[in-house]
Order: sequence, then structure tokens, then C-alpha cells
Amino acid sequence: MADTLLTIEGLTVSVEGKQILNGVDLAVGRGEVHAIMGPNGSGKSTLANALMGHPRYQVTGGTVRFKGEDILALSPDKRAQRGLFLAFQYPMSIPGVTMVNFLRQAMKAVRGEDVPVREFREKLFATMKLLKMDQEFARRYVNEGFSGGEKKRAEILQMGILDPDLAIMDETDSGLDIDALRTVAEGVNALTTPKLGVVLITHYQRLLNYIKPQFVHILYQGRIIESGGPELALQLEAEGYDPVIEKYAPALVAATGEKA
Amino acid sequence: MVAKITPEIAKQDGYKFGFNDNDRATYKYRTEKGLSEAVVREISSVKGEPQWMTDFRVKSYHHFLERPMPTGFWGGNIQNYELDFDDIYYFARASDRAEQDWSDVPEYIKDTFDKLGIPEAEKKSLIAGVGAQYDSEVVYHSIREDLEKLGVIFVDTDSAVRDYPEIVRQYFGTIVPPADNKFAALNSAVWSGGSFVYVPAGVKVDIPLQAYFRINKENMGQFERTLIIAEEGSYVHYVEGCTAPSYSSNALHSAVVEIIVKKGARVRYTTIQNWSTNVFNLVTKRAAAYEDAVMEWVDGNLGSRLTMKYPSVFLMGPHAHGEVLSLAMASDGQHQDAGAKMVHVAPDTTSTIISKSVSRGSGRTSYRGALKVHAGAARSKATVRCDALLIDQQSRSDTYPLMEVEEEQVNIGHEASVSRVGEEQLFYLQSRGLSEVDATKLIVNGFVEPIVKELPMEYAVELNRLIELQMEGAVG
Ligand SMILES: Nc1ncnc2c1ncn2[C@@H]1O[C@H](COP(=O)(O)OP(=O)(O)OP(=O)(O)O)[C@@H](O)[C@H]1O
Ligand SMILES: [Mg+2]
Repeated sequence: MADTLLTIEGLTVSVEGKQILNGVDLAVGRGEVHAIMGPNGSGKSTLANALMGHPRYQVTGGTVRFKGEDILALSPDKRAQRGLFLAFQYPMSIPGVTMVNFLRQAMKAVRGEDVPVREFREKLFATMKLLKMDQEFARRYVNEGFSGGEKKRAEILQMGILDPDLAIMDETDSGLDIDALRTVAEGVNALTTPKLGVVLITHYQRLLNYIKPQFVHILYQGRIIESGGPELALQLEAEGYDPVIEKYAPALVAATGEKA
Repeated sequence: MVAKITPEIAKQDGYKFGFNDNDRATYKYRTEKGLSEAVVREISSVKGEPQWMTDFRVKSYHHFLERPMPTGFWGGNIQNYELDFDDIYYFARASDRAEQDWSDVPEYIKDTFDKLGIPEAEKKSLIAGVGAQYDSEVVYHSIREDLEKLGVIFVDTDSAVRDYPEIVRQYFGTIVPPADNKFAALNSAVWSGGSFVYVPAGVKVDIPLQAYFRINKENMGQFERTLIIAEEGSYVHYVEGCTAPSYSSNALHSAVVEIIVKKGARVRYTTIQNWSTNVFNLVTKRAAAYEDAVMEWVDGNLGSRLTMKYPSVFLMGPHAHGEVLSLAMASDGQHQDAGAKMVHVAPDTTSTIISKSVSRGSGRTSYRGALKVHAGAARSKATVRCDALLIDQQSRSDTYPLMEVEEEQVNIGHEASVSRVGEEQLFYLQSRGLSEVDATKLIVNGFVEPIVKELPMEYAVELNRLIELQMEGAVG
């Protein structure tokens, strides 16, 4: 890949002493959209959290290079400042802190310099409009009392404001109603630039109907067991995970010493 | 007929401004160190007080001597600290009298006030009047002319004794009698300065009255005495902000604040306390609210070594409402023992206490609350909510709610929570580019927001700034 943004090699990750990722390899270039699918508990969120630098997810082996730099020693804020973004599966609420205050601070932190009020406001309201969010949300406390769908929208709003180079979206589609899914997906597409790499974690084809991936990967028991094009997602939608898993069962048995 | 707080009722109520211009502050007058009847009489005589006030002081002094250190409800274990009453100056005077005009104020005092931003505040005319306490006496007082025309009095309490003796004598010491506790007795004996506010019936003061206080001399005690009388149907918001430069030896701040809120009147009293971390801050604040009256205390405690302060409201008339919004923040070595007292004497009275505390490092916060419902205070309603946030593993917070209910027909709600700054919240904010310190600050600012939003704008900004400085360990 000529312009590789993110290169993951042999990544192993443990949580509370339990190994969850067993050697993940993945390369994402600018302008590419990668979908990561896989059954519940296969390690998708673990991968996302480990990439962002969550202190509880311990990297026990492998390398992660982002824009040519080894980022594993960096704290999460430094990774964000380098241009990495994670849209959370379960965003946290921060009582008493308004969205507008939070977003302003985040934008300033990621840029490393003050953002003129006017520029910030314009960007905020334009992005809110794009995501069909009521301006009133800017005054509300971060994720406090937001519905599931509103939280997901707010995550994409943050992505729009922070303008990352690589965006990982962890089940951004879950919790969204049909119209909201379309709005958010169209929003993501509008925010997509040739410089942006996207990793979409999802269970459903319906999101991929809007945001078209060039690559689809299947994560199973902490490994990417299959990679392909958009047709792989369609195949999963039709047949489920079993055929893919069966195909890789011998390899998994060899690797883990137990039956998959 | 206005009910009085009888002794029986009272008994049941169981920025770092590091500059100091000490070098230039030539005190025009100062008593010798330590306390004696002679010192008390000297203070009264230097001030040229009437006999009744001299007698009041002397009687209070003897009560102070007899009284043991407060125990029981008071919580900070003051007896465990080395607080030497003989190592304190009880009175000092920086200039001869309360100045009426800014141009009359001595230059070095102006400098200090400039650093505190008072003239700016004046210029912006955000404030109705400014009283500044420089050590013991108020040196500068101004009040907008239109308020004066309405009959609003806002002067330092010393001037009030001289110029409005009838009103002062009628109310002084009626809400917090000298016999109330040891520190009230001490204050009654040696008090100096503080504000006197009188709002005539029906007058609504639409902008906050403000006063700034500082302790500016090593071992200088500050014993200001504030008395606010809101006549029927009136409204006033009094704001008191404290900053103090740091000193090496113990300083004592022991104030008394008395407030009378008459029928249908409303008083809000806001304090931001940021004493340097060697100051003992032992304050008695009490209000009596009569029929349909509303009394609100907004009380922020950031500084001091030990604070013991429990603003209280005696709900004396039907439908009176009392409210305390309390914010405490304790960093390394500090103990904030703060809270509130509500005493429901009359029927259909309501009260709300909201307390938020933040402990950082070895800092300790205690919420100490007393709720008393007298027999006959039927259909009273009281709500208490206290939340504590702990920043570090060794930070500490305790809750001591005391409840005494003699009436059956009451509605009482109490909720308390203690939480730690969460790893997941920190990670979430850090993933948006905020450093761990900035993320913690944001979480703390959010936690205290329900109280901060009740403050006048410039105080809210200042408070957030002080909190941020404390979080950076830059204060104290
Ligand atoms: N903080 C944690 N503590 C303990 N176990 C964890 C933790 N995080 C993840 N795990 C475990 O790691 C495994 C992978 O979890 P992960 O959240 O990565 O799955 P996922 O693929 O995102 O699943 P889903 O599709 O349900 O979101 C699960 O067995 C989960 O219980
Ligand atoms: Mg997940």
C-alpha cells in the first residue's frame, strides 16, 4: 500500500490478564473504508480500545504504526492529537459539562492551538446541521440523558469537529432508527475526505449500503480469519458466520490447540 | 407579630493572590498580641463605641473564656490543631476611617485592590456597592446613589453602630447570640468591620452588593460581623469574596453573619472563600426567615486549612423557604467541614440543601448537616442531597447527617453519593485530545456546575479558575 495510514502487525492484547486479541494484522490507507465484522465477543471493541490506548487494554505483543510512527507508547490524548479518532460503542456521559464547552476544548487540544470562536461556531453548527441535530444539543451536558441514537450522532459530530485522519467507528449504527441511520451515514460520507481512513465495526450490512467499504474483515476469537471485498459482507448477511468459521477451523485448532 | 429565636430554639441547633504589600502597610493603630479584657475594652474605646456595645463585648469576652472548644455538632476537631489565641492580633487599623471616595483611599491599598480587580468591577457597574475589608476595617465603601435614595443602607458595621444605632441595637446579636458557641463569643468580643445592609420594605436591589475581604498581616485575626435586615417584601443579593495571601503561621478567621428576612422578603448570600491554607475559618452564619420569606445561602469553600461552617436558616413563619447550596474543595492538608442546618419552626415551611464536595490528594471534606423539625411545623418539606467526588485514592469524604423530627406530618428526602473520577470518563475525554489533568478538571468543573451556575457571572468564572488552579496543585 503506497500511502499507508495505519499498520497493525501481530497485535496481541490482554484485558485483566485474559488474552483477547491473538495476533491481528491490518493495514488501512488514506481514502479507504474497512469494515470489521465478527460475532459478539470476538474482540472488535478490544481492538478499537487498544488502538486508542485505553489503559485497561494491555498490548502484550505486535506493533501499531500510525502515519509512520509507533504509537503504542503514546497516551490516548497524544494519539488523538496525531489524528486518531474513536466513535465509541458506549459513549460516556460527563455531567455538568456542556457539549459546546467540551467540543471547544477538544478542538483546541487536537489542534494544539486556540480556535477562533467564530470558526468554531461555524464548524459546530454546520456539522450539527449536516447530522440533523437540533442546536439545542450544544447546550446539553455531554451524553447526559441522550437516547442511544442521539449518543451515536453526537459521536459523529465530534468526529466532524476534530477532523481526524483515521476514524474508527464502533457499532455507530446500533441504536439508530432507519432514518437516523441514513442521516448519520450520509453525514459520515459528507465528512469523508481523500485523506481520511475509516474502520467501521458493524454487525449489519445495512450500514454498508450507505458507507461502502472497499475491504471487509472478519474477526473471530481475536484474529482476522478472512478478508475480502464488499461481497464478503453480503455473503455473511446471507449465510451467517458458520461457513467462514468452518473454513478456518483447522487453522484455529492448530493455533490454539483446541477446537473452535 | 414577629417570632423571635429564643435561646431554647437556638440551643437545639446543636487564586492565588500571592502578593502582599506588608512592607508598605503601616498600620495606623494596632492592639498588642493576645486577648484580655483590656484589649477588648481598648478596641471599643478606639472605635469610640457607645456603652452598650462595650458592655456587649466585655460580656462576650467572659463567655468566650468560660466556653470550651466546640464539640458535638461542630466537626473539625479544632482541639487537635495548634491554635494559640494569645498569638493573634485582634485589632489593627490601616487607615483612620471608612473612606467614602476612591480617591481618598491610600495608594498602597488601592494597589492591592487593583490586583483584586475591584475598580474594574466598579467601572463595569456590575455591582451596586463595594465594601472592602482591609484587615480589620472597611476602608472603602461606595453605594450607588439611586440605592441610597431608596433608603438602602450598605456600610461597614462600625459605621453602622455610629450612624444607625437604633437599627443595629435592635438586631445585633439576636440571631447569633454571643452565648451560641465559643467562636461566636470571640467574634462578639473583638469584632471589627463586616457589612451592614438594610433594605426597606418593598425595595428590590436588582444587582448584587459585594464586599471583598483579605487577611493581610501575619497572625492577624479577622473577626468581621455582618448584619443584614431585609424588611417585608424586599430583595437583596449580598456577595462576599475572600482571597488571602499565604503566610507561614496560623491565622484565624472567625466571622459572624446574621440575617433577618422578614415577611415575603428574599435574601441570597453568596460566599467564595479562598483563604490561604494556614487559615482557620470558623464562621457562624445564620438567618431567620419569617412568613413567605426566602433565604438562600450559596457557600463555596476552597481555601483555608480547616473550615467549619454550617450556614443555617431558622424557618420562623409559615411558608418560609430556606436553601443552602454548598460547595467544598479540599486539597492536600486541607479539611473542609462544611454543611448546613435547617430548623423548621413554623408549619408549611420548606428547605433544600445541596452539597457538593471535591477531595484531592490528602484533602478531606465532610458534609455535616442538621435538620430539625419542631412539633407544630406541620406539612414541612425538606430535601437534602449531597454528592462527593474523590480525585485520588487517599482522598476522603464523610457525611454526618443529623435529623431530629418532632412532627409527624412531614416530607423529608435525603440522598447522598460518593464517586471517584472514573477511568472510563477520563479515557473518553483523553481520546478527544484532552490531557489527563485537563480531563480531570473538566469532570470536576462539570460536577460543581449545579452550584457554579447559581453564581454571578464574574464569580462563576473566578471559581472555575480557582478550581483549575487547585487541580494543577498550584494553590496552597
Ligand atoms: N474490560 C473488560 N473486562 C473484562 N473482559 C473484557 C473487557 N473488555 C472486553 N472483555 C472481554 O473480551 C472479549 C471481547 O470483547 P469485545 O468487547 O472486544 O467484543 P466485541 O467483538 O466488540 O463484541 P460485541 O459485538 O458484542 O460488541 C469478551 O469476551 C469480553 O467479555
Ligand atoms: Mg463491541
